[in-house]
Amino acid sequence: MIIVIAMVFAPDLLAVPFIPDNDEQVLERLPVAADPVNRELLALRNRLNANPGQLDLAINLSKRYIELGKAEADPRYYGYAQGVLKPWWDMPEPPSEVLLLRALILQNRHDFDSALHDLEILLRREPTDAQAWLTQAVILQVRARYDEAQLSCIPLMDLETPLAASTCLASIGSLTGHADKSYDFLRDAFKENQNISTDQRLWSLTVLAEIASRLGRNEEANQFFTEALKIRRQDVYLLNAYADFLIDQKRPAEVIALLNDKTRIDSLLLRLALAKQQLGDNELPNIITQLKARFAANRLRGENLHQGDEARFTLYLLKQPQQALQLAQANWVSQREPKDARILLETAIAAHDPAAAQPVIELINTTGMEHVQLREMAAQLKKN
Amino acid sequence: MLLRVLLGFILYGCYLTVFAHKASDSYLTLNVAADKISGQWDIALRDLDFAISLDANGDSAITWKELRKQHDAITTYAFTHLQISTGESPCRIKPTQYLVDNHTDGAYSVLKFDLDCPRLPTEIGINYTLFFDLDPQHRGLLRVEYKGTTHTAVLSPTLNNQKIELARVKSGTVFLQYLHEGIWHIWTGYDHILFLLSLLLPAVLFRQAGQWKPATRFHPVLIEVIKIVTAFTIAHSITLSLATLGVISLPSRWVESAIAASVVLAALNNLYPLIDKKLWLVAFSFGLIHGIGFANVLKDLGLPKNMLLLTLLAFNLGVELGQLAIVSGFLPVAFWLRQTQFYRKAVFSLGSILIAMLAFLWLLERSLNLSLIN
Repeated sequence: MIIVIAMVFAPDLLAVPFIPDNDEQVLERLPVAADPVNRELLALRNRLNANPGQLDLAINLSKRYIELGKAEADPRYYGYAQGVLKPWWDMPEPPSEVLLLRALILQNRHDFDSALHDLEILLRREPTDAQAWLTQAVILQVRARYDEAQLSCIPLMDLETPLAASTCLASIGSLTGHADKSYDFLRDAFKENQNISTDQRLWSLTVLAEIASRLGRNEEANQFFTEALKIRRQDVYLLNAYADFLIDQKRPAEVIALLNDKTRIDSLLLRLALAKQQLGDNELPNIITQLKARFAANRLRGENLHQGDEARFTLYLLKQPQQALQLAQANWVSQREPKDARILLETAIAAHDPAAAQPVIELINTTGMEHVQLREMAAQLKKN
Repeated sequence: MLLRVLLGFILYGCYLTVFAHKASDSYLTLNVAADKISGQWDIALRDLDFAISLDANGDSAITWKELRKQHDAITTYAFTHLQISTGESPCRIKPTQYLVDNHTDGAYSVLKFDLDCPRLPTEIGINYTLFFDLDPQHRGLLRVEYKGTTHTAVLSPTLNNQKIELARVKSGTVFLQYLHEGIWHIWTGYDHILFLLSLLLPAVLFRQAGQWKPATRFHPVLIEVIKIVTAFTIAHSITLSLATLGVISLPSRWVESAIAASVVLAALNNLYPLIDKKLWLVAFSFGLIHGIGFANVLKDLGLPKNMLLLTLLAFNLGVELGQLAIVSGFLPVAFWLRQTQFYRKAVFSLGSILIAMLAFLWLLERSLNLSLIN
């Protein structure tokens, strides 16, 4: 009964500023200060404050913030990373290390063109920078510029491990009409290269899982996903991909078990909500309210980093296909991964606007992209 | 109470874990009323902790006690990174209250404050630099509420200096508005009209051997009227300006009573002439008082201080126009009737008596704070 009251009134109660009841009331829990990572970051920060403008220190600290930002999917750390680079941030051609970090920060803000520009300068200067080639390949893939992305994978053969190059190439090959071949190729390469870093293992397994899932080889996909999760349970990209897979497989209970304690991250809370919707969970209205507030708060900043997820939220949880289509179309301008193509098709169908689906149909036709759900929807559109 | 505690506990449990990861924002809201600007600034505890350290005991939990102890430091830190101005002149910021609120990504310190601005706002200038040195992705989300409309802006390191135009106040519109107010005031402010009429009634006559005689020619009459009106105008313009600019200041009850007295004296002077030449001197001396009365009206209308001189000029011109209309209506009729018994008995003598009586009632009312008429 009280829970029901709390849920009905909570949003209003929270909207009013208040004076806490007592001195000991905890208002906010910070990222744990005693955590060795945070202690180390604080020490680095103090050293940099004592020696402002020192490039090595700044690069080191900025890199650490970016790593943390990626691991926690917490944009504030990317902001700190940028702040640390302030003396060099506005230079057209800063030192090479700064160029790479700036590209990563810009990529996180979805300023892909500026990020690509920085990587281009960097690679002209340092053609042996493997991370720059890889980052460039990833961004080009997000923009569906597959030919260029593939070219950006090739230098990895000499500069990185053979598996890195194979993973990069297979990932793109699987989207350009060679899914089966890419899948077998990467699976073999993965078996042959067992002596690899955890990061590399995680990446290869994730790509394998995604290709298998697009091919409809669900059992194999499930295996790769679970194996990847054993390596790192917190990887946000992996959690998103696996949750999407489970939602497609109508396995909501597993999604909830996977994500219940990771609701700080909007994209994961969205997938939790979609799973609760499948279950008919009565906590759903509460989560929808939360998500609505979060998307609204992000929009206030005048940035549109989450329009793909917002389109999905608007279509499935708010059931407003027209608005969802607009969001999916806006998202398509900057991002063209399979998931972006998918939400554009889904919203176009729901809004009875087949013309809006045309860019995706064109992409599928020109690339020969294999993707069970995309193909089904494209066929459905063709029939109508 | 128990229910409240339980409710709080549940809310705490439900919501604290669902706080989002979000880029850093602060929420700055300004409420602009005609005479007052108040504000509210919500700043994330996490950001404040990153900048000036709130977690005194290092347990990664910020309590209300820890926050309260840092309120002064927060105020100093925050308001050295925010300047608000109206036009070119900066406003003084006075904190009024400290609260807490929960936003999607966590708890925020809520600073409520009043602004003391030297000029009435037609535009608000914001210079915002909070956290930009630590986190250039921080944004200040500005909302300005004014007369039921909301202006919003996103303050960023490249757009940290923004001007919000509250209303496109055109100087032409203001000029016409105050011109109209000036005319309206002289037409509805009977004390000024009656004072002027009392001085003008004898202008078409002249005094000879204790008797009022009709003037023979129009020209000297016109000169006399122009002298009176000009003297009155110059006098009240001087005091209107000085009082509006705050150079002189007199209690309004005193001024209003003096104005009533001036009407009584001017009317009585027609019945028992003490001064029959150089009436313009009377017009000038009492005009000084009337000017202060005009200034009080102008102050009540509310002055846009950045257009002070314009409104002063417009109001004054309005008063003169209204006055000119009365004079040009009165003078030809009076000159035409000047030889009649009707003018001398009914208009001049009886009129002066009635004016004196009415003004005397005003004088009683205003000086004793009574209500005799109406």
